[in-house]
Amino acid sequence: MTTATTSAGRRRTGAGDVVLSVRDLHVTFPSEAGDVRAVRGLDFDLRAGETMAIVGESGSGKSVTSLAVMGLHPASAQITGSVRLHGEEILDRDDAAMSKLRGKAMSMVFQDPLSALTPVYTVGDQIVEAIQLHRPMPAAQAWKEAVELLDLVGIPNPQARVRSFPHEFSGGMRQRAMIAMAIANDPDVIIADEPTTALDVTIQAQVLEVLKRAQRETGAAVIMITHDLGVVAGMADRVTVMYAGRPVEQGSVDDIYYRPQMPYTIGLLGSVPRLDAAERQPLATVEGNPPSVVNLPPGCPFAPRCPLAEEQCWTTEPALVEHSGSLARRVTAGPDSEAATVAGHAAACHLADRVVRDGLRYTDIFPVAEHAWSALEQVPREQRQPVLQISGLKRHYPLMKGAVLRRRVGTVYAVDGIDLEVREGETLGLVGESGCGKSTTLMEVLNFLPPTDGTITVLGKNPAALRGRARKELRRDLQIVFQDPMASLDPRMTVFDLIAEPLKAHGWSKADTAARVEELMATVGLDPSHVNRYPGQFSGGQRQRIGIARALALKPKLLVLDEPVSALDVSIQAGVINLLDQLKAELGLSYLFVAHDLAVIRHIADRVAVMYLGSIVEHGDVDQVYDNPRHPYTQALLSAIPIPDPETERTRERILLRGELPSPADPPSGCKFRTRCPRKLALPESDQERCVTEPPPLLPVGTDHTSACHFNDTDRHVDVVA
Amino acid sequence: MGRFILRRLLNYAVLLFVAISLTYLLAASQLNPRSLWELANPPIPAETIESSLRSKNLSDEVPLLQRYWTWLTGVLLHWDWGEAPRTGDVGPEIARRIGVSIRLITIGSLGGIALGVLVGAWTATKQYKISDRTITFLALAIFSVPVFVLISVVQVLATNFNDATGWRLFEFVGETGSVGDYPGAVLVDRIQHLALPTLVLVLANAAFFSRIQRNLMLDALGSDFVRTARAKGLPRRRAVMKHALRTSLIPTGTYFAFSVATLFLGSTFVEVLFSFHGMGEYAITSIQGQDVHGAVAVAAFGGVCVLVGATLSDFMVAALDPRVRVS
Repeated sequence: MTTATTSAGRRRTGAGDVVLSVRDLHVTFPSEAGDVRAVRGLDFDLRAGETMAIVGESGSGKSVTSLAVMGLHPASAQITGSVRLHGEEILDRDDAAMSKLRGKAMSMVFQDPLSALTPVYTVGDQIVEAIQLHRPMPAAQAWKEAVELLDLVGIPNPQARVRSFPHEFSGGMRQRAMIAMAIANDPDVIIADEPTTALDVTIQAQVLEVLKRAQRETGAAVIMITHDLGVVAGMADRVTVMYAGRPVEQGSVDDIYYRPQMPYTIGLLGSVPRLDAAERQPLATVEGNPPSVVNLPPGCPFAPRCPLAEEQCWTTEPALVEHSGSLARRVTAGPDSEAATVAGHAAACHLADRVVRDGLRYTDIFPVAEHAWSALEQVPREQRQPVLQISGLKRHYPLMKGAVLRRRVGTVYAVDGIDLEVREGETLGLVGESGCGKSTTLMEVLNFLPPTDGTITVLGKNPAALRGRARKELRRDLQIVFQDPMASLDPRMTVFDLIAEPLKAHGWSKADTAARVEELMATVGLDPSHVNRYPGQFSGGQRQRIGIARALALKPKLLVLDEPVSALDVSIQAGVINLLDQLKAELGLSYLFVAHDLAVIRHIADRVAVMYLGSIVEHGDVDQVYDNPRHPYTQALLSAIPIPDPETERTRERILLRGELPSPADPPSGCKFRTRCPRKLALPESDQERCVTEPPPLLPVGTDHTSACHFNDTDRHVDVVA
Repeated sequence: MGRFILRRLLNYAVLLFVAISLTYLLAASQLNPRSLWELANPPIPAETIESSLRSKNLSDEVPLLQRYWTWLTGVLLHWDWGEAPRTGDVGPEIARRIGVSIRLITIGSLGGIALGVLVGAWTATKQYKISDRTITFLALAIFSVPVFVLISVVQVLATNFNDATGWRLFEFVGETGSVGDYPGAVLVDRIQHLALPTLVLVLANAAFFSRIQRNLMLDALGSDFVRTARAKGLPRRRAVMKHALRTSLIPTGTYFAFSVATLFLGSTFVEVLFSFHGMGEYAITSIQGQDVHGAVAVAAFGGVCVLVGATLSDFMVAALDPRVRVS
């Protein structure tokens, strides 16, 4: 506090001054099972212009912290400790007093842009409301400011869009509008709670840019709450890692990424699939699940999952303290940046000194699954049988309009002519942003109905032509694992009934069924004695394992996986990916793996197809495509993905795509990507004409690599890493 | 656009035609107007009864389909809804009764719905507090008491009030009574007669809609956009009133529109016990009086109400919800 005025709510900090100071914050919710101790002692100082990330898995207390700081926690929460804004205590203020700070001194960007804006008011109404609440001014002036704010956050044609309702905005645009609202009154602190989790990667990259720009414009300090370690690496100056309501490691972003001291942090970093990992390196498996914060046992809450845990870890909870020598000995090889990491690297671990001294890495601490090679993979691809062939597949939907009067007004070209092939023992990854048609493709394969055009051949048969018994038999060979392990398991059936259901449907005897269920439970790494439990008693990762067991019950040949790990926490996700890898090798399965996370695809897939607006734009061997992407869309997609490596993130050159996915009801003529294509802009006028008029076919650019661009060879090559 | 409206109206017309025709066939085959005269004392000659029934197209000796055809052509060509066995033409009777029903239920139901929405929204913000629990209890009490019991209680209380004060403030027989000769006496008289039935309708509707609105409001209160509004700096109360209430009114709007038909035909007890001769009462008396044409006309009116309600609810949603309006 160096400057004159002190009343909280007005700006009075110079760069580097502490704006927000949190001390010994505890948040407890009463519940029937006992007190839920969501946050148990959190300290941090936030300086003007600085970005601090709070990282943790679901239930670690990171979102509760942000709501407590804003005073938006539920009334039942008991909060103790201290939160000081510009040196003034704000934790004891009532709603009226906090309302004067919220939106002015502190503002917030929430996770889900689809539900965070009121659907019945225009975007402009809602921004104007935020402006006029804190700065009374004539409506005309406030609307003018709202337009300027929308312009600042990169909404095209803000003059017109300010009158739009939230549902007329895409997810990314809504999140921009949220950011516009958050910076409307030049706040000192912006809390962003998972601001890009619900967005596609190319949109995420845009929104993160906007957030950085907003921070530059306002000079605000940012608290970035996220589970995405890639985003943290690119955005944060400092990082607080939370586990079971406690900060377990705190330090500069380089300290945390290059010199982690707490086994949990190390495991978390080791369990992220990396886009820049050339060969298949197995992921760290952090066994078990985060503990419930009701009735925590004594000792370190991570001890049950920590392979290093010793006697004292089970009895006393370690304090968050600095461990000397962290500067001298590096844990992992990182760039030379000691100067920036002088103070404030603390870890809550009894064994941190040992971790630092011995330079332990995740491969030293956690069990690492060896990549299993299946017998099939030794056979050259051409000699293996195809299990799924898709050729010229089209699926068009009628576009209906009107609530009072429904009528057809056009056609949605959801999938518009694609060819794919999956051979035995192979994983084909299908990637693309939401709305690109990947889920439609998957449903076409499963539906067994004739598509609008083209053919689908499963194990040499045309499912649409099969009837009765033959159809049922083919169903057995083709199974699906769904995205949401909560929604895809009937909560009122026991695990036994869930896994046995496909067996019963196919007439297995009782005795065989029981034996098979037990076998399956063991196969997917669940305790067979838990078969009589209900899905609600399992964690997300375990539920997904139940879903996999159900899919495997009938010994299928082809497994279709629809975003199977996207709903899971990072440390849990790694376990499921490793399991899928292992199952494929052991059971000789083939996967059609749909995902939007390109890092996961790189990790698990053999071949990859990139979809854009119903067409495949690049297709081929996974390493060839990732190491040498030739289509401008693939290049942009890869460059948009944050890599959990701060040094790489700082020096990376990003291709930011302009705009958003065009509507599949009105795709551009010629090349569908041309409206957003950075390569087209660099072409001479005469060549650009060709992009508009002529749809490019998939052209070979390598031995097993095709790309649908007229000008595959004309452009600079952008490395994925640096 | 016009083509779609036309198609929709045509749809409705077909639906109505089928429903009304089925009702006619059911009523004409089940109701027995002849029984009204057969037991008369002194006995009426059978030929007289038969010719009277035939003149009214009510004789069960004429084949059902022939009667149906006669009735149908009458309705379609002359807008003649037929004759009741004793009381003359059905059409004018219904027209008069619709007026009575509208006068009876408009204030009571609109007031009750408005009150219910406000009370429901307010109790949602006080979830599990004493005020919420008290109102929940009262609403459920009103809900679970049959309407005629509620009416009796109200009438007893009003009588006690009249006796205690010596005025005849509350009237509860019919629409009008002895009108004084001071200015505005007609209006005062009507209000005196309308007060109690309106109170009953308000209570019943408010109890019902407060429960619906409370649940809708609770959903809206927990929603992200209310949190966003508060994060902008709106105090809790204003965030709730401006953002949660408006959004949670959308489903109530459709519900209200759909309840139009039940309002008209569902206030039977109120009409009977307060001697208002409206549509609800007519539904009962026409069936009791073996009045085939009256019963069919009531069913037709109910059908029109339902379809008007459905259309109204579509427009209501379009008006309240921009997500629908724009698309």
